[in-house]
Amino acid sequence: MAELTNANMPEELQNDPRVPDDLKNNVFITSLDKIYNWGRKRSVWPMLFGLACCAIEMIATAASRHDLSRFGWELMRASPRQADLMIVSGTVTKKMIPQIVRLYNQMPEPRYVIAMGACATAGGPFKEGYNVVSGVDKFIPVDVYITGCPPRPEALLHSFIKLQEKIEKQSLRNVPWYRKGEEDVIPVPVLGPDLVDPRRAQEIKGKAEQIAEGQPAA
Amino acid sequence: MAEETTPPTSAEPAASKPAVPARPAAAAGGAKPTAAAKPAGHAAPKGPPLATLTPELAQLQQQFGESVIAPAPYVGVLVNDLGKLREVMTYVRDQLGFDMLANATAVDYIKEGYIEVVYHPQRSKGGEPITLKVRVPRGNDPVAPTEVAVPSLVPVYAGAEFQEREIYDMFGVRFEGHPDLRRILTWEGFYGWPLRKDWREPYYEGDTKPFESRWPGGHHQLAEERVPWQDNVNYPPGFDPLNFQANPDAGLYDSMLGGVPGVEVEPNGQAQRSPQPKGVGASVPVLDRNYNNLADDEELQTDQIIVNMGPQHPSTHGVLRMVVKLDGETVTDLKLVLGYLHRNHEKIGERNTWLHNIPYTDRLDYICGIANELGYVITVEKMMGIKPTERAEYLRVIMTELTRIESHFWAIGFLLNDLGAFYTPALYFITERDLILDLFESVTGSRLMCNYMRFGGVSRDLTEDQIMRARELAFERIPRKIDELEQLLTDNEIIKARTIGVGYLPAERSINYSLTGPCLRAAGVPYDIRRVDPYSIYDRFDFDIPVFYGADVYDRYRVRVAEMRQSLRIVQQALNQLDQTKPGDIQAGKKAYNHRVPAGQAYGRVETPKGELGFYLVSDGGQNAYRYHVRSSSFINLNSLKEMTVGQKVADAVVILGSLDIVLGEVDR
Ligand code: SF4
Repeated sequence: MAELTNANMPEELQNDPRVPDDLKNNVFITSLDKIYNWGRKRSVWPMLFGLACCAIEMIATAASRHDLSRFGWELMRASPRQADLMIVSGTVTKKMIPQIVRLYNQMPEPRYVIAMGACATAGGPFKEGYNVVSGVDKFIPVDVYITGCPPRPEALLHSFIKLQEKIEKQSLRNVPWYRKGEEDVIPVPVLGPDLVDPRRAQEIKGKAEQIAEGQPAA
Repeated sequence: MAEETTPPTSAEPAASKPAVPARPAAAAGGAKPTAAAKPAGHAAPKGPPLATLTPELAQLQQQFGESVIAPAPYVGVLVNDLGKLREVMTYVRDQLGFDMLANATAVDYIKEGYIEVVYHPQRSKGGEPITLKVRVPRGNDPVAPTEVAVPSLVPVYAGAEFQEREIYDMFGVRFEGHPDLRRILTWEGFYGWPLRKDWREPYYEGDTKPFESRWPGGHHQLAEERVPWQDNVNYPPGFDPLNFQANPDAGLYDSMLGGVPGVEVEPNGQAQRSPQPKGVGASVPVLDRNYNNLADDEELQTDQIIVNMGPQHPSTHGVLRMVVKLDGETVTDLKLVLGYLHRNHEKIGERNTWLHNIPYTDRLDYICGIANELGYVITVEKMMGIKPTERAEYLRVIMTELTRIESHFWAIGFLLNDLGAFYTPALYFITERDLILDLFESVTGSRLMCNYMRFGGVSRDLTEDQIMRARELAFERIPRKIDELEQLLTDNEIIKARTIGVGYLPAERSINYSLTGPCLRAAGVPYDIRRVDPYSIYDRFDFDIPVFYGADVYDRYRVRVAEMRQSLRIVQQALNQLDQTKPGDIQAGKKAYNHRVPAGQAYGRVETPKGELGFYLVSDGGQNAYRYHVRSSSFINLNSLKEMTVGQKVADAVVILGSLDIVLGEVDR
């Protein structure tokens, strides 16, 4: 428990007769933030959910050689309600993004997202495809991006370490999930003639009108 | 391997010159003879009309006279009279023995104004497929499907169902008499027909790569900055997202609920439950496996429910969505919703140069990338008329067969996962698989996406060290591990109880469904392209085609195990013979970046671990493919899932799907 500071009991407590002997040198004092994050970062449960080729490397990461459980992260849950981490492992298509957003909305806070590979990050080799979303961050917030096509298992492990660092830096005082009020829900995109992001509906309407009137859309 | 290409020798007048168009597009009377400009790819100059025909096609022409024509060197025959198509195809199936529809696709000849639908029927006994085509005028309406409909071939070949839906989805060709003609890869309501030549994707930059913006001199500009919507979207003019109701699943539920008494489907597709005297939902008769009503007894009435499994589901092997209708635990109907991983492979492939496509094929069936590459390069090589060097041939075989072993390890591991042996067997197999991937990585630089094949060769030779490693794997480690696997699993009581007799589909039905790969061989059909239509140097090796007769999940498992042993035999022989070739001689001719492929077309196919992977390529002599179609085994194998599953328990549906061993990258492309 090296990272829990003040590992030893303060002098006056050590000498305090009320403290039993076997507790002396066994009590740690730390800040609430630290103990909270220390526990959290070692038990992140990823969602059991693969999208494309990158998912194969994700499975390889979870398997014996790379052994995700060394991080305490091996408990993949098929239900978003039990998951803390979404690894977007592959190409995000327009047909799939409504489901991804819905899954994200169903995950309880605290929740994190790793964009694994070129496709999830920015569309990757298939970016120009008509059914491909240019990166999952167009819709949901991403915490860590990994390059590669597919990223090696080591790269995925590296992203876990990065995410652990991020978790470590969070503070109870300002984490979003203890704020008052409703959680933010991301509106689920709709499949129309093309993918419609409800947050941009007004803008789309305006431009489509402009184009219909023959003006170039700015 | 493949079939009639326009031979690339110069003696053949076929090649790139624009020529007199074939007979006026005679599709069903309605064809407007469009001012034919430069015909792409299938140029049809004068010549002896029957010279290029196989005996079967000639026989067909005799039988049907003028309704089947073949202007040489037109590849295959054109069924002139759409009304006769089904009759012709029935004749092809029953009289000529082409009992399996290997492939169906379409090509948009925009300048000539028609869409050509191409069929490749083949014999399950082996041999090359034949080519039949029909034409329909394409029309210029961006959203309306073709006016003229092609008669659906589903009554003749059940395997046509998904392929016709795909053609409808991509080209807007209507099929008369299709049981469920809906979009399959995109969604209901999608704007336009993506694979038509005049349909442009939102990030459209040009017809051919490399694009201006990517040349070293060009200024790189983000695709998002080039388009009016700042994103990969495009809407029809005047589209109003605020007053618009999307219901992409309406047709799906419609088609599943339509026949259920007690459930009324509103015009908008919402199922309405009509008031029933008792029970929570609609009460429907209890059906036995053959849909016979068991009782009209009120007491026995139960509810049928529809359950969506996927696209996020631990056992759908990716983003597949199965919609099952359940009566208790028994599946009474099943529909698949595909396209959640539709990455527009074919559209991108038609913009890419020929070479560009090789790494993309890796991403089709990403478990066995190298096997896909082989299918693509041998098809292109056939069109180009080149042959790889000896050593390259051996390296190709070694790598491809290792891929087969690796893929079957994966398939078996995850089949057991689906059976409930959660992860333990899979972990063992992934460990072995990783060893093979290590070899791939040391040779090609990547574990999965190897990008190893080149036209006329491969990208890297094996070093002595790597050969040693391959030998160790092929002669010692893997055989031992397969023995271990069999000891653990093959006679395992629970596995037998769960799999024998489950997912049964007899041979005739499998053939009719165009099922290929281990699943077909588990039904007693010794159909393996390495043997029935040999390609590369497979004819030099001594190996068997394992066949089992149970046609169920258990035999599909056993076929895979047996096949791994046969693949090992091939790898062992190839490694032994590798010394006889010249080290370093891995590329025929010079390495090239830009390949010119003579105008023509070819259908090439290989046996991947999943089944028959075909490439139908049309070249107009340019830098890129005019048409790039992937005949994917996973996609077509899924066609038969419904018949295997209906009547079984829902827990078995998952296992049956696992036994098909699909990979979504290849299903949705
Ligand atoms: S980044 Fe590469 S490997 Fe990953 S999903 Fe995309 S194409 Fe596949």
